Amino acid sequence: MNEQQQTLWQFMQGQSDKLLNQTLQHVGLTFISLLLAIAIGLPLGILIARKRKLSGTVLGIAGVLQTIPSIALLGFMIPVLGIGAKPAIVALLIYALLPIIRNTYTGIIGIDQHIKEAARAMGMSRSQILLKVELPLAMPVILAGIRTATVINVGVATLASFIAAGGLGEFIFGGISLNNTNMILAGAIPAALLAIILDALLSLIQKMDFKKLRRALYVFPVVILILGGFYALPSAYGSTLTAGFTPEFMGRQDGDLGLRSVYGLKIHTIVISDAVMYKAAYAKELDVISGYSTDGRLKAFDLKILKDDKNIFPPYYAAPIVRNEALKQFPQLEETLNLLADKITDAAMTDLNYKTDYLHQSPERVAKDFLISIGLYKAPKNGHNGTIRIGSKIFGEQYILAEMYSMLIKGYTDYDVSTKTGLGGTKICFDALTNNQIDFYPEYTGTGLLVLLQPDAKVAKEMAHDKEKTYNYVSAEFEKKFKIKWLKPIGFNNSYALMMRRKQSKDLNVNTITDLKNYLDKN
Amino acid sequence: MIELKEISKKFGHTQAVNTISFKVEEKETLVLLGTSGCGKTTTLKMINRLIEPDTGQIIINGADITNQNPDELRKGIGYVMQNIGLFPHYTIAENIAVVPKLLRWEKEKIKSRTQELIGKLHLPENVLKMFPHQLSGGQQQRVGLARALVTNPAVLLMDEPFGALDNVTRSSIQKEFKALEELKRKTIVMVTHDVQEAFELADRICLMDKGKIIQIGTPKQLLYQPVNDFAKKFLASQKLALEFKVVNIQDIWSFLPKGTLQDGKAFPANLNIWEAMELLRNTDRHELLISADNKESKTVTFEQLTQGFNQFQTSQPHE
Ligand SMILES: Nc1ncnc2c1ncn2[C@@H]1O[C@H](COP(=O)(O)OP(=O)(O)OP(=O)(O)O)[C@@H](O)[C@H]1O
Ligand SMILES: [Mg+2]
Repeated sequence: MNEQQQTLWQFMQGQSDKLLNQTLQHVGLTFISLLLAIAIGLPLGILIARKRKLSGTVLGIAGVLQTIPSIALLGFMIPVLGIGAKPAIVALLIYALLPIIRNTYTGIIGIDQHIKEAARAMGMSRSQILLKVELPLAMPVILAGIRTATVINVGVATLASFIAAGGLGEFIFGGISLNNTNMILAGAIPAALLAIILDALLSLIQKMDFKKLRRALYVFPVVILILGGFYALPSAYGSTLTAGFTPEFMGRQDGDLGLRSVYGLKIHTIVISDAVMYKAAYAKELDVISGYSTDGRLKAFDLKILKDDKNIFPPYYAAPIVRNEALKQFPQLEETLNLLADKITDAAMTDLNYKTDYLHQSPERVAKDFLISIGLYKAPKNGHNGTIRIGSKIFGEQYILAEMYSMLIKGYTDYDVSTKTGLGGTKICFDALTNNQIDFYPEYTGTGLLVLLQPDAKVAKEMAHDKEKTYNYVSAEFEKKFKIKWLKPIGFNNSYALMMRRKQSKDLNVNTITDLKNYLDKN
Repeated sequence: MIELKEISKKFGHTQAVNTISFKVEEKETLVLLGTSGCGKTTTLKMINRLIEPDTGQIIINGADITNQNPDELRKGIGYVMQNIGLFPHYTIAENIAVVPKLLRWEKEKIKSRTQELIGKLHLPENVLKMFPHQLSGGQQQRVGLARALVTNPAVLLMDEPFGALDNVTRSSIQKEFKALEELKRKTIVMVTHDVQEAFELADRICLMDKGKIIQIGTPKQLLYQPVNDFAKKFLASQKLALEFKVVNIQDIWSFLPKGTLQDGKAFPANLNIWEAMELLRNTDRHELLISADNKESKTVTFEQLTQGFNQFQTSQPHE
């Protein structure tokens, strides 16, 4: 524990520049969007307090907007607003809107009728009543709404990193992908502290008596503006092309680090989530992205893989990894899972992914069609001889594989199946496996080596480019360390790859990563 | 001068006010009296356009109020609310300064006028910095009054201004109120459901029931010439006390024994019987020296007073 804290502290010190930058971005994002939400929500709240008939509609719409999952909301915005700060701010604003509108409304209609009547009786105009009576009296309630919105925003702003808007999410999600607890904590702790501190500060303002409150209210907008100003838009040094890399890719030796050290690639890079990266490349928001070589979107968005001519991306052969105990408990399991061994080629996997990601066929249907086409499909036996729990990570290919395994188990054995798909990144999935939450999931040799085992650099280098060596090494080590068995590889190699729009690659005559480096150096 | 011409107001199916007409003369105090829900507040609020009448016309100082900007109209009319309605987020000083600020008075002027008023209304100076919830109910009502009076409007509307008070406090505030020089120069419409209060403060009383005027007249007229059973019954339970209040020594002068010449402090003959009795009871005096308008003076004892009053009563025409 002590050691853990020590290294966290060391990590934070080592990354203090980034940490400070991310924190400022986080605060900035939170407050810019808060400011805009107040600018929109306050007048709307006042409006519906005046015209109560509208209140149902307005509050209804704001309520529905708030229930849209944040990632989906961010995704919707890319076609309209692109990536980066703009869509992130708009998304945060949408989340902050409901509490502000609602509290302004309830604050104003909750004011004692007699006080408003007294104001009218003294000859105050409507606007004077609003500014001098209604708003000040509703202020504690409105501030409570702003407080709620702030806390929500601090939380949701962590997701801004998915669309290259920065913030503490870069550490949090990078850490989850990289199985780096210190990195997760370095993002999560400041984010939590931020929420707690802002909440406490706002509760102080909220509890002030009217006299102090009046003074605080002059200071409040200024403070919000200044804090909002922290968000200097994250795009400083220019290169002619822009790359979008996932947080995971950014932190890996076989990712951005390797690109810099082996190829000497210097490209303006922003951090972005896998979910929106391809779309952003297609929409010309990004020029170079880090993708997977079997990704269906490669085909869907007409992207081209740049050849890894210096071999920095190790092979990623997929194979199910299973807890030894589960193999013992379910004797037929190993044999059944191995039915799929060597059955899916790179091209086949890309095609399957294309069908789910782009043609929007269900993973279940795609899996079934494929099993039928290779003659492996059997109708389920509906057995009840124990339940096998299948896990999968949160991307399309894994869903398809999970479905295939589920069908095979149901068709060939008397076991029942429960699937736990969409288990976030590698770390979440692997932790679920070691903690006996699932029995197996499909993993990649490269991930097993570099993310889960993290051997020292020499071993890694020696292994990394040889399929056999890597497989043998991870098999032996997993057995030893985790009591987990690697079954036979499925066949395809889903390695990292750099990709560009096919047309741009042709126009610039960039076919390999070295070409890309040379192009960037010249321009 | 305020004039209401055939004013009516309906809320849904409730006929709150039903063809009401009356005139309030310059510097007169008219009290709207009646049971709860009879339309007093509604009538009052139509005078400063907090409520717009369905039909009828209201004229203040010769001008139809519907032709005036309501905000401007209201700035010129003092209004004391039934529920006081002080701003909870303003200090007392700020509450009093609301209308002067709307009228863009200078700070100094507001300050000196505020000082003057809290003096007249017997509020301690330190309340000015306090907030309404820190004041007693009686103090709050005085502040409500100060707020209505601060710009010295010619017209004052008051809705149960002493409603929230216990009886003892109420009668003492009523006395102070009656003694306020400022109020004697104003045209006042006041609402109450308290008969004693109406008799104490009114020049004329407008007795209402179910949105209609039953009778309008001086306290004496209401007491001695009630127009119908309702009017009679309305006052019946407190008749004696009211009579003590409406009859003054001048009225019973002829029933008092001949005066003996005497020196000392004389009281005026417009002292009503109630006040005279209080003086006799509260002081150790046996006799009170009264001087009438014609410089004639008499001394009266308690017995002589009640005797004279009884003789006056029997001399009154009975309906
Ligand atoms: N805004 C309103 N909406 C509907 N009905 C109303 C409204 N204001 C008053 N009324 C009704 O009109 C009638 C007269 O009300 P008003 O307030 O004038 O009575 P009041 O004589 O002042 O009574 P109180 O002595 O209780 O204050 C009552 O029946 C009341 O319920
Ligand atoms: Mg009333």
